[in-house]
Amino acid sequence: MSAVSYGMVVDTRTCVACAACVIACKTENDVAEGFSRDWIFTATSGSFPNLEMEIRSERCNHCEDAPCVSVCPTGASHYGPGGTVQVTESKCTGCKACIAACPYDARFIDPRTGAIDKCTFCVHRVENGTPTTACQEVCPTKSIYFGDLNDPESEVSRLLRTRQAYALLPDAGTRPKHFFLK
Amino acid sequence: MQETTTTRLNAFIDPSLHIWHYEVPVYLFLGGLVAGLMVIAGLWMLRAPDSPRSRALSLMPWAAPVLISVGMLFLWLDLENPFNAFRFYFTFELTSPMSWGSWILLGVYPASILLAWASTPADMRDRWLVRLARVPGVDRLDAWVSGHVPLLASLNVVLGAALGVYTGVLLGTMAARPLWNSAILGPLFLVSGLSTGAAFMMLYRLERREKELLSRVDMGLISVELLLLALWMIGLAAGGAASRAGLHTIMGGPYTAAFWTLVVALGLLTPLIGEWIEHQHSVVPARLTAALVLIGGLALRWIIVYAGQHSGWVTDLASR
Amino acid sequence: MKRRQFIRVGSYGAAGAAVAGGLTTDWYGRYANPIADPGTDGDRVVPSFCELCFWKCGILAHVKDGRVTKIKGNPKDPLSNGQLCPRGAGGTGLLYDPDRLQKPMVRRDKRGAQVFEEVSWDDALGVVAENFERIKAEHGAGALALFSHGYGGSWMKHLFKAYGSPNIAAPSYAQCRGPREVGFDLTFGSGVGSPENTDIRNARCLVLIGSHLGENMHNTQVQDFADAIRNGADIITVDPRHSVAASKSRWWLPIKPGTDTALLLAWMNVIIGEGLHDRDYVEQYAYGFEQLSEHVKAFTPEWAYPRTGIEPDVIRRTARAMGAARPATLVHPGRHVTWYGDDTQRSRAIAILNALLGSWGRKGGFFIPSQVSIPPYEYPGYLPHDDQAADRPAPSDYPLADQVLAQGVCDATVPGVVGDSRIKAWMVYGSNLPTTLPDPENTYKAIQELDFLVTVDVLPAEIVGWSDVVLPEATYLERCDELFAPWWREPYVAVRQEVVPPMYDSKPGWWIARELGKRIGLPEFFPWKDSEEYAKTRLEAAGLDCDVMRADGVILGEPAPLYFEEGALPEFYTDSGKIELYSPKLAALGFDPMPTYDHSALEEPPEGYYRLLFGRAPVHTFGRTTNNRLLSEVYRENEVWVNRDVARRWGLEDGERVYLQNQDGKRSSFSAPVKVTGRIRPDAVYVVHGYGRRAPKLRFVHGKGIDDNELITRYKVDPIMGGTGMNVNFVTFLRADDLEVAS
Repeated sequence: MSAVSYGMVVDTRTCVACAACVIACKTENDVAEGFSRDWIFTATSGSFPNLEMEIRSERCNHCEDAPCVSVCPTGASHYGPGGTVQVTESKCTGCKACIAACPYDARFIDPRTGAIDKCTFCVHRVENGTPTTACQEVCPTKSIYFGDLNDPESEVSRLLRTRQAYALLPDAGTRPKHFFLK
Repeated sequence: MQETTTTRLNAFIDPSLHIWHYEVPVYLFLGGLVAGLMVIAGLWMLRAPDSPRSRALSLMPWAAPVLISVGMLFLWLDLENPFNAFRFYFTFELTSPMSWGSWILLGVYPASILLAWASTPADMRDRWLVRLARVPGVDRLDAWVSGHVPLLASLNVVLGAALGVYTGVLLGTMAARPLWNSAILGPLFLVSGLSTGAAFMMLYRLERREKELLSRVDMGLISVELLLLALWMIGLAAGGAASRAGLHTIMGGPYTAAFWTLVVALGLLTPLIGEWIEHQHSVVPARLTAALVLIGGLALRWIIVYAGQHSGWVTDLASR
Repeated sequence: MKRRQFIRVGSYGAAGAAVAGGLTTDWYGRYANPIADPGTDGDRVVPSFCELCFWKCGILAHVKDGRVTKIKGNPKDPLSNGQLCPRGAGGTGLLYDPDRLQKPMVRRDKRGAQVFEEVSWDDALGVVAENFERIKAEHGAGALALFSHGYGGSWMKHLFKAYGSPNIAAPSYAQCRGPREVGFDLTFGSGVGSPENTDIRNARCLVLIGSHLGENMHNTQVQDFADAIRNGADIITVDPRHSVAASKSRWWLPIKPGTDTALLLAWMNVIIGEGLHDRDYVEQYAYGFEQLSEHVKAFTPEWAYPRTGIEPDVIRRTARAMGAARPATLVHPGRHVTWYGDDTQRSRAIAILNALLGSWGRKGGFFIPSQVSIPPYEYPGYLPHDDQAADRPAPSDYPLADQVLAQGVCDATVPGVVGDSRIKAWMVYGSNLPTTLPDPENTYKAIQELDFLVTVDVLPAEIVGWSDVVLPEATYLERCDELFAPWWREPYVAVRQEVVPPMYDSKPGWWIARELGKRIGLPEFFPWKDSEEYAKTRLEAAGLDCDVMRADGVILGEPAPLYFEEGALPEFYTDSGKIELYSPKLAALGFDPMPTYDHSALEEPPEGYYRLLFGRAPVHTFGRTTNNRLLSEVYRENEVWVNRDVARRWGLEDGERVYLQNQDGKRSSFSAPVKVTGRIRPDAVYVVHGYGRRAPKLRFVHGKGIDDNELITRYKVDPIMGGTGMNVNFVTFLRADDLEVAS
């Protein structure tokens, strides 16, 4: 399959949990008050003074085998450009089966429309001449990378080849396209 | 020792999933009940089409379209974008049990209404035919129905079974909610639906032998239901960490007491024993036993819906 | 089967297949899914620079239908490089904050009762002018003081200088960066300024003394920090708390609070003792090496260990790592360094350590910045004034302070604190003194002693509620300000221009200053029509194109060599012209010419008390942004970080609410949840500064969390330059449940 497959890579080594990605996404995508499409997760392990911290910027994983797409009764949740997972607001009835189906808890209902909202990988920018997502553009530590996983020369492909990486909940079987560099 | 923080504020997800509230368990209960009514009515009319039935029993199938409408109202109220509900009928999504369900519900209406018509005592039918004389096609429809009762009955059995099983399949195929994620949930909901259907019928003024038949059938259904519950829980206990964590919600976790008292003790074991006693002593099955079955049916779905939302991959696993 | 039946069945079948096919294939492509566009791209994009904090990153503000939809970084700007921190990205939360000051107000009840009447600008400015003139006539211009924080304050400073008052104070000096400026100035002949000339991106070893980069979100520094991580730099973090920076470090030294100087001296001991210093550099550029070597002999790692809690082995290994990476070893000067009252000497120690490693003027250490020179506007000369600023008890106190001490000005307002109270009126620009100056009760007392208080602000912070006149300023997105031409690795000029017109009845600072100036006899100091004309005049005098400026927001200057090796001149503006490891200037004033460490001066917390430490969250600029709804969504209220073992002993659970009470019995006004964590020492607790607000009109943050400044009732003053050390208070816990049941 030589079609484009968009994916994201976050470098947990340089991410400082500043949440610029959260705020930039909110303003770029007019996200409803009280909700965020992406978020910062930190996990500290060990005990004083031997501590380790993992920091991640998380969002919808745009899975290749997305349970939210297969469970949607109206086809609102579908695969969009580059294999991203998108929601067509006009088709969404707000049944929330997809929220239940998502093991990453990445979806929510926009209270202003009653329809599902979530990270879109900024396809409105990416498919329109600006090949960066809003979170990637703002990140002061340049920890967020976005691109075509099917292109072996893209930055994301290169990073996945050369650095140790992992995805979240691989056993959930959804084949997520969001990776974290160790 | 692990400490985690997240900036995510998602009222639907944090601290644990709560997207479906009372509307969904109420619909599941009514849907299951209607499924039971349709299957039992259908089977009754297939196997004993000419034997005499009490008036209440003859009119019982009308409860199906009424109750399913109430159920669908609750379902519609749960939607966040209810005025888009017509979108369910613009497509058929093969992989979505909810899509199957929306079309099944559509089919339930004509099937159950026509069967109820066929089951209605002849004198009532005649009176209504007179009243509806001006509506075009009513006589032709009545004639068709009379000639195709076995077909209608079979259709009701099939659609009823589908109605009873699809909700369990919907929840059961969600890998993200470990408590639900089991193939047994479909059959469990079906059998529970049949049981509540039978119990519903027993609330009315049926003839003694009708009640006794239903009671015997219900005993069998409850026994199968207990077996399925046990298999469901065994399956979860023998699953991975997420499944075990899911099971924990009803085995030591926040829903334990409710599950074991309301569902198992009150909703299954007590009516089973009650029906057994009634059977042994040839006593007329009491309405109380039937009511307990209904309470148990609602409680089963309520607890499964709420406890299932409490189980997840991210929250449970991250803290281990 | 009959033909008719066949046709009937066949046609039903075909129709059914068509419907089913359509249902499952989106009606043959006619039921398509469009790409949803949130439509936030502006029809106008205006470059400017940010003011959510004081770094001044270049931004691009998108305006659609007259509303600012989003703010992006300006890729042409050498500070933001096209990226922003969360605060800058959340600027619309300030612009559209529903609690913003809207109209000028005059007090109508006693001070603090917060009863105001909305008036016209003419009336408000009239009241201010009248009071200023009266006080100047009775007591002289030296009885007026200006507290200023924020870039728009430049107009007020200009006004005050023109008026003849010497009391122009910025809390960012003695309450924040002052000690390090003096410490570095004594050593290298210049401070580090803001933005600091730290070459973090090229450092091969980065040492952070209490600096929490990553939570402290000075954009460029964090960008550089990430570069350093990517380049594999050895990072050493010295902090009682496991900050985000500590989590990225090769070494985290959980030092006992207050003992950093001991560690720095021990490092000097190892570096000199093992010959890890840059000999050529020291020989060529430094003065006092022999004295220093002799001086640090006693400060061995074994000596430092019981004082700091850092093992001698770790001290040696980190010193060796620092030595191995020289001269690309950067011991970061920090930013807010007013901790224990000995902060100038500690900053001196940091400067000396850098000098030993040869990092000043070298790649990976401190670069030599350059600046685009723009001629100042030609005004008539300011009124000369012989008065000293009224910021210290005697002129000989704090001899090396080269800026006015804000706390001192405050004290000079209260009779009996510093002789007769000489200050009668304050103008406060963008600086919420009750959460900025330590001992807020004293600040409120000073306010009560004033004849007159006028505030110029954007939000109704605590100080605003206590004012006599409130002047609502327009936000940074609604005004044009002074040109920004910093000393930086790439010299440039940036402009702040109006993105949207001022909302409500707010006015830009230049207008307020000018209108006030006209009323107090200073029209000749405001001859320009508006700040745009002011800026244009200066730009044209510098030979720069205003249209390019307006379109790009930034004009770059000629780059100059950054490092000595590239041709930057190794000039040190000390008295001796060399790097002074030994400071004759300090000796002459009776201070230690080389830093020492006196452990007996360090107070131990009483039983059951813990040292109160504070710092920043990345989404906030202390109290300035905590009411910003967009930013505060991410961090709604602050928490009290409590060590896990301490929490266990107290029976405190994660999320349980507590009040804090300090050693003087002062209790926090509000409660906050406890964060039980392994990330802090057992002898300290930590909160993010800026919460627990009492101002009732800051509706979003009012009552949320704990205000650490309330609990800073004691502070230690640095005798060299007057910095107020604030990490000297201890707190204990009061369970909210217990307190609230009892009340």
